[in-house]
Amino acid sequence: MARRALPGFGLSLGVTLTYLGLLVVIPLSTIVLKTSSLTWAQFWTVVTAPRAVASFALSLGASLVAAAIASVFGLIVAWVLVRYEFPGRGLIDALVDLPFALPTAVAGIALTATWGSTGVLGRYLHAIGVEGAYSRLGIVIALVFLGVPFVVRTVQPVLVQLDPRLEEAAETLGATRLQAFVRVVLPALRPAIVTGFALAFSRALGEYGSVVFISGNMPGKTEIAPLLVMTKLEQFDYSGATALALVMVISSFAILIAINSFGRRSRKRDLHRKRPPEERPTLPPPATIVRGHV
Amino acid sequence: MKRAVGETPWVRRSLIAIAVGFFVLFMVVPLGVVFAIAVRDGIAPYLAAITTPDAKSAIKLTLLVAGIAVPLNIGFGIAAAWSLARFKFPGRRALLTLIDIPFAVSPVVVGMMFILLFGAHGYLHSSHKIVFAVPGIVLATTFVTIPFVARALIPALEARGPEQELAALTLGASPWQTFWRVTLPGLRWPLAYGAILSTARAIGEFGAVSVVSGHIRGETNTVPLHIEILYNDFQYQAAFAVATILVVLALATVVLQRVVEWRAERNRV
Repeated sequence: MARRALPGFGLSLGVTLTYLGLLVVIPLSTIVLKTSSLTWAQFWTVVTAPRAVASFALSLGASLVAAAIASVFGLIVAWVLVRYEFPGRGLIDALVDLPFALPTAVAGIALTATWGSTGVLGRYLHAIGVEGAYSRLGIVIALVFLGVPFVVRTVQPVLVQLDPRLEEAAETLGATRLQAFVRVVLPALRPAIVTGFALAFSRALGEYGSVVFISGNMPGKTEIAPLLVMTKLEQFDYSGATALALVMVISSFAILIAINSFGRRSRKRDLHRKRPPEERPTLPPPATIVRGHV
Repeated sequence: MKRAVGETPWVRRSLIAIAVGFFVLFMVVPLGVVFAIAVRDGIAPYLAAITTPDAKSAIKLTLLVAGIAVPLNIGFGIAAAWSLARFKFPGRRALLTLIDIPFAVSPVVVGMMFILLFGAHGYLHSSHKIVFAVPGIVLATTFVTIPFVARALIPALEARGPEQELAALTLGASPWQTFWRVTLPGLRWPLAYGAILSTARAIGEFGAVSVVSGHIRGETNTVPLHIEILYNDFQYQAAFAVATILVVLALATVVLQRVVEWRAERNRV
């Protein structure tokens, strides 16, 4: 790019580096500093304590299940929004972004009141012996709510670009509708679905606000990893909290790097399908802003 | 494109039913429940709950925090977009990842970092109270909203290309004139978009703020924290009444997003 011709490089980069240094790098480095005050044995004892292991397993398991469910629902919602006309389509398209905009605490109490054993929907689950709140199912409900928009907003733009004539051609050549979907549509959507899944998963791993209200927070049963960090902080066990936080931060960075490199790979593969510049949208889809990664 | 290619009407109807059903079960009903509980004792207790001194001070604090965090991140977002979208330099990709980090860190961990820095035994502890006080809330909120504006501006600026700015400079405009008259007006819709998203997050942030606030009523309670306290006190009606304010703001955010998208689409040259 025209590095020489444009002014302001030094000033803008200086501001960027100073801001990120003060607000991101210094605070993040405290985690490493604090953990390094622990010996390896102490660190290991903290992160392998039964309660910690249970919380990691729960966070991981619930996030995976929720991201998988969100991917299925997200794919259906994106498909319906792009391919069909029906009354209320515009309303649903707008509502997709609501979980991004709704404060997590409000989502948490609203879902608890709805899916709890006395709630308008939860009472029917309760009648068949299933608890929609204060249970692992409750955690999954909250995380599915949060995850669906990530999948919809990553799949939707790809689906809009997909020419239905490809499927028509497949069907003309003798494929059933299902074969056309599995062999033609799904491969084209796969990178977007994987990205949406990963975004929903990584958001779910760290989520706190919406989960604490609906989970019931029973140690070893419905206590997620971020809540255990919170508990340790409230007991002023800062080293213990930091050790757990380090494990969480490293796993979310690994996901972040995986998503970014996956995105770059599939973009390279899609180069021949790249739209001309005038067709590129002026705004990136909200999901990419909300979770980064263009 | 809106025409179905080959599904039978039965499949089509079922898929629409699943999609609509999902929104009804996960969004429409829960939001309805919030309003139903908020007004279950009538309109007077509803109004009383959202006008208590604690509620009012929580609203004021939330507005103050968002009023500091969002402009800071707008300034940062513009600087980051100009340096990262207009220039190539070593380390550029690392900086882009660094901007994403606040999204990848759990809110609870965000709060913890600031306690490790400024808490009683913190690395930068001083006589000024930062955590368990308003400055800590501002810092935590600023941290979690860092990426929004930058992430909206960088691709927009890249897509526009430097031609207009180069033309202005060649015709004798000063760098700052170019910035105010060419660059900034061209970025107004992406900027508005990022600002809307970061405002919504700043108002609603719960985890990070919860760790650093200290939960002092009337002093360090933001609206989401105030809701939590009421809820844990079993004052459900009051908690949901205050929550309706945030629901309305969230719905307004979603509508504003659509308006900005629509305007951006229309203004595209």
